[in-house]
Amino acid sequence: MAHSNEAHRADALPDTALVQEYLTFTLGSEEYAIDILKVQEIRGYNAVTTIANAPTFIKGVINLRGVIVPIVDLRIKFGIGSVEYTPFTVVIILNLGERVVGAVVDSVSDVIALGSDQVRPAPDFSSQVGATHISGLGTVDDRMLILIDIERLMLSSEMALVDEAVA
Amino acid sequence: MAIEMSQFYQVFFEEAAEHLAAMESLLLSMDIDNPDEEELNAVFRAAHSIKGSSGTFGFTDMAEVTHVMETLLDMVRKGEARPSSDMVDACLVAGDVLRNLLGAHRGENEADREAALAICGRLEQLCRALSQDAAEGSLGSVGEGPVAGGNDFELNFVPDEAIRTNPALAENLLAELGGLGTVVSSDTGEERAHWRVRIQTDESADSLRGVIEFVAAPGSVMILPANVGILSSDEDGAYGFFEPVQADDADEAYGFFTELPPLPGGADDSAGETAYGLFEPAPAKPSTPPVAEEADDGSFGLFAPLEASTPVAKPEVVTGTAIEALPAPAVAAPTPSKMAKPTGDSGSIRVGVEKVDQMINLVGELVITQAMLTQAASRVDPVLHERLVNGLAQLERNTRDLQESVMSIRMMPISVVFSRFPRVVRDISQKLGKQVELKMSGESTELDKGLVERITDPLTHLVRNSLDHGVESPERRIEAGKRPSGTITLRAYHQSGNIVIEVGDDGAGLNRAKILSKARERGLPAHDGMSDAEVWQLIFEPGFSTADQVTEVSGRGVGMDVVKRNIASLGGRIEIESMGGVGTRMTVRLPLTLAILDGMSVGVGAETYIVPLGYVIESLQPTPAMMCSISGADRLVQVRGDYLPVISLREIFNVAGAQQDRTKGIMVILEADGARAALFVDALIGQHQVVIKSLEANYRRVPGISGATIMGDGHVALILDAAALVSMARRALPAAA
Repeated sequence: MAHSNEAHRADALPDTALVQEYLTFTLGSEEYAIDILKVQEIRGYNAVTTIANAPTFIKGVINLRGVIVPIVDLRIKFGIGSVEYTPFTVVIILNLGERVVGAVVDSVSDVIALGSDQVRPAPDFSSQVGATHISGLGTVDDRMLILIDIERLMLSSEMALVDEAVA
Repeated sequence: MAIEMSQFYQVFFEEAAEHLAAMESLLLSMDIDNPDEEELNAVFRAAHSIKGSSGTFGFTDMAEVTHVMETLLDMVRKGEARPSSDMVDACLVAGDVLRNLLGAHRGENEADREAALAICGRLEQLCRALSQDAAEGSLGSVGEGPVAGGNDFELNFVPDEAIRTNPALAENLLAELGGLGTVVSSDTGEERAHWRVRIQTDESADSLRGVIEFVAAPGSVMILPANVGILSSDEDGAYGFFEPVQADDADEAYGFFTELPPLPGGADDSAGETAYGLFEPAPAKPSTPPVAEEADDGSFGLFAPLEASTPVAKPEVVTGTAIEALPAPAVAAPTPSKMAKPTGDSGSIRVGVEKVDQMINLVGELVITQAMLTQAASRVDPVLHERLVNGLAQLERNTRDLQESVMSIRMMPISVVFSRFPRVVRDISQKLGKQVELKMSGESTELDKGLVERITDPLTHLVRNSLDHGVESPERRIEAGKRPSGTITLRAYHQSGNIVIEVGDDGAGLNRAKILSKARERGLPAHDGMSDAEVWQLIFEPGFSTADQVTEVSGRGVGMDVVKRNIASLGGRIEIESMGGVGTRMTVRLPLTLAILDGMSVGVGAETYIVPLGYVIESLQPTPAMMCSISGADRLVQVRGDYLPVISLREIFNVAGAQQDRTKGIMVILEADGARAALFVDALIGQHQVVIKSLEANYRRVPGISGATIMGDGHVALILDAAALVSMARRALPAAA
């Protein structure tokens, strides 16, 4: 399993000094980065409508200008950070192919460009996130960024966002 | 280029499908013994249009089939042959084949080449049979000795200068033609300028051409089979009948060239690329009716053929199809005799469904925004802000009007669905040897386009079911003292915000005992004390069939459960009424639209849920005496003698802070699929029209929830799936008991 992941990451990150832009956000003390092109918008956290029998990390659904959007709290999902909702709690609205999903994070830092030479493959380890969804580790000024393949993570069956039959 | 082409393809697909549908309904309604001329023309026009456009787009397989069909229809249309039921059948089958081919071009299914070939053969055979009749008729009157050969051609050509000026040479030419076969009739036109010779010969058209081309003006030769041409179809791209010589350069031409005007060289020009017109010669003498009328074919029945008195020398443009560009050469003002089909649907525009849907979505947003504004403004002092309040009231009215008119765009008459049933009934009743009359009413009842598309299959299934299981065979019917021919009734009407579609038959009715015994065989919970309505619901169980044998039409037991599921997925329900020996009636109730729902909002804990109003029977506050406890939990409530299972949203959805004391909340009695249950909620909040939003678009299916909506204050409320909740409650009950 881990071996094939390794191979996959190698494919995904070609050696050319390709520069890609990432949105970085924090969960607790950890800093994560996701592909900026998947981000639709960033908004504050409003009241959600809870959904029956959903996993705890799915907070519910909100009305985003007429579209019903499910909200996932990544802090609960990853088990990091203190889960509290303040006026400063931020929701990143992600546009993943056909779907729109909101992700609750502690804060959004900034947008950075990472060349492929700044990205290292993640070492084999198992984590709450599932190493499968970590596409690499980036380094900027001694800061370590965890690069997440957000689309794969959100649409994976463990997030329970997609119908099993459809997925 | 590719994109452009595919755009046109789409238009072609839609138009062809429409033409096919029109053709089929005309064929079905046709009175074979006394066909209406206008109808025959309409059928022909439909076939002709399909042929023309499929040829243009290079769908030669479709063009081939329509070509043969058109030939056949043409003969009927001109009164040369009488329509027969055999012919109508063949044309219907051809319509099916065309639909299949159309689907194949759309990439929806596999093209059935064999069926296409088979139907071509069948139609050609009919053509031959009919044309023989016709030929016998006309030949008999000409009566020119024995038939010399297998081929019967009509030669049209403009002879060259020498023959026109020298009668002796003309005589020679005739004699020479006589040597090739029997000259049935010959007409050399005024001053021998335009020849029309009918010849029966063993020679092929090509060898005849070889003879004539020496003496004819270049490009003027035209050889037609005399008996309304079953032409070799080398005119793929063309709209009409072209004689072989011109086929090469006529590919792009839209015209219909039957005969050449006696202008030297004129033929070449008119066969050119941009020629859109139909050139009909002025027949000097109407000695060859088939050809003379041929020109009329392509004219879509717009213009009457010119009278014989028109001078030969003047070529007349008979028509371009009204939409097409005007003919390039010699635009002689046509004299329309009747404007049968001007631009067709100039009163409507084709718009993609997604555009309409987008509009509906936006209007839905507008409605929500308007509700939010109204709510926000309800706190201001109406005296101080009179203008604001008035403006908002007006906004509300306008929004509602806008919403209604936008929703009406998606509305279609149910005749779109009904129109296919005459065919279904006809085919199946023939197959089963039953006599069935189909009665339809309320075809103009309108419902949402999305519903129209999705109700077609379930309804077809119900009709097939009525045909197979409902209506008895003529013998049985006579035994039972009924008319030998059964009746199937399709009725549609609006009732309290729903559309109701009834499929009824006057057949044997459902057999209660048989259904019960079958149900027991299959291990379904069935007992003799069940009410009729409950027994009838059994036939919707998966795999249930009371048919003694599996027939081609039905009896496999797949179907009724699918029908029920499909209808339920549309937010509708189906009910059965049946009486032994009298008949059965299936009633399908559907919401008018899939986009808006009349709902009752209920509060459970801090949550708000919407219950579709259609399922709500009544609401009541239970007294302790009404509650029945089973294994320590209040699972039943007694309402006027009935024990209903209680659906507790607090338990099913794990709602925190919800009322637990049954006597302090409200019971909302729901009815779905003939079963009832009581939904326990904290409070009733109100009644609204809600815009249904999909939860699955971005999330997943949630059991017991059918969708979501946005309330006036902008927050999301979930819509309960009442039918699922009721069946959940009923399933849970035996397990708990």
